[in-house]
Amino acid sequence: MTELLLILVGAIFVNNFVLSRFLGICPFLGVSKKVETALGMGMAVTFVMTIAAVVTWFIQYFILIPFGIEYLQTIAFILVIASLVQLVEMVVQKTSPVLYQALGIFLPLITTNCAVLGLAVLNIQKEYSFLESVIFALGAALGFTLAMVLFAGLRERIDLSPVPASFRGTAIALVTAGLLSLAFMGFAGLVKG
Amino acid sequence: MIEAVLSIGGIGLLAAITLGVAARKFAVEVDPRELALLETLSGANCGACGYPGCSAYARAVAEGKAEPSLCTPGGQSTLEKIAHIMGVAAVGTSPQVAVVLCQGDNARAQAKYRYLGAIDCVAAQRIADGPKLCPGGCLGLGTCARVCPFGAIEMTAEGLAVISREKCTGCRKCVGACPRQVIAMTPLDATVHVLCNSHDKGAAVRKYCQVGCIACMICKKTVPEAYVIEDFLAKVVYDHYQESGAAVEKCPTRCIRDFVEGYPEGSRFAPPVVPVKRQGAV
Repeated sequence: MTELLLILVGAIFVNNFVLSRFLGICPFLGVSKKVETALGMGMAVTFVMTIAAVVTWFIQYFILIPFGIEYLQTIAFILVIASLVQLVEMVVQKTSPVLYQALGIFLPLITTNCAVLGLAVLNIQKEYSFLESVIFALGAALGFTLAMVLFAGLRERIDLSPVPASFRGTAIALVTAGLLSLAFMGFAGLVKG
Repeated sequence: MIEAVLSIGGIGLLAAITLGVAARKFAVEVDPRELALLETLSGANCGACGYPGCSAYARAVAEGKAEPSLCTPGGQSTLEKIAHIMGVAAVGTSPQVAVVLCQGDNARAQAKYRYLGAIDCVAAQRIADGPKLCPGGCLGLGTCARVCPFGAIEMTAEGLAVISREKCTGCRKCVGACPRQVIAMTPLDATVHVLCNSHDKGAAVRKYCQVGCIACMICKKTVPEAYVIEDFLAKVVYDHYQESGAAVEKCPTRCIRDFVEGYPEGSRFAPPVVPVKRQGAV
């Protein structure tokens, strides 16, 4: 139990996917202009990451390892994740229009997101059990959501500040992202691993 | 080798079949008119129609819940296309543009205090009702210019918002963004406006603004049907806009402006190219 909690906290704060592993930077910069959309994106990523962790774990241990073709991991995972996201999108659109309204526009954006693929590969590298994989996925996704929302809040405030002309837009966003990442380095001593 | 080809091919085939079946099983029927409507609309997602974005408006029209004439940015041509798709008559409203009813930039209207806060009119308005002595004038911090999806609003060097009559599509975003309600929607054909938004008495207006309306009634006396004075502020009666031009020259503070003769001072916009014929012009 303590082990699982450590994995969860470690994935959210210490090894935050965006701020210390630098995975999923494109939605981090692209969809972080408003807190509302950042939260929507975070929810969609949480949803997809958890499902992807489950499916890729089965692919790895029931198909790739028995046939001795671990070197095809990347392509197999991308294939599965991309079609999975498409499937989820269709099912959600049909069964729950409300959820589709909230997550729908973000789902196609994360079909081949590097954070999702990175998570699947890390799960295998760290030799996590099935339950540990799911917890790690949840932690990673929550960490991603946390980083997105914090960053979007900062950007909303920066929009109202008198930023020097040459720093406006992406430049100040990148500087802010760097500072936020630096702040997260402070968690490094919290959990080992 | 064979295992690799077979298993990856198998996964791919399985995914393809699953997606193919799901596409049929979970297909959501979309009204073909809705798709046609969505292509017709401008795609600016400005919200002038009152719906969240073009796709929501297209759906509402296709379901018969919304009038086809609500897309103001699209104007007459979009209305005709929507009416054609929906098979109804194109009954429209006259096109409208937004006008900033103020000429009191930092050179002509006096400041109440020196404002050093966030560059945002809403934030400035919260501090002692704004940094200008005038209770209704443009604060000049550009909140409207930033929300305009069409880049139709410029801020002059002296801090006054000016809206281009050619670029403005009438989406009303700026009207909602302005904390002082200084932006009004007016008919596109009407080019004469009283550019003042202060309801203070004449003597008070004179003290803080060189170009404010002092409610002297001269415009009303010159063209009685085209002007109305409410609470010490003159307004053009837009039903009679054709006659309103006669009072432009008579106004002692020059706060009545005909946009055909030029935008407020400091603006880089060229005057509208198509002058509207005025009846009763002197």
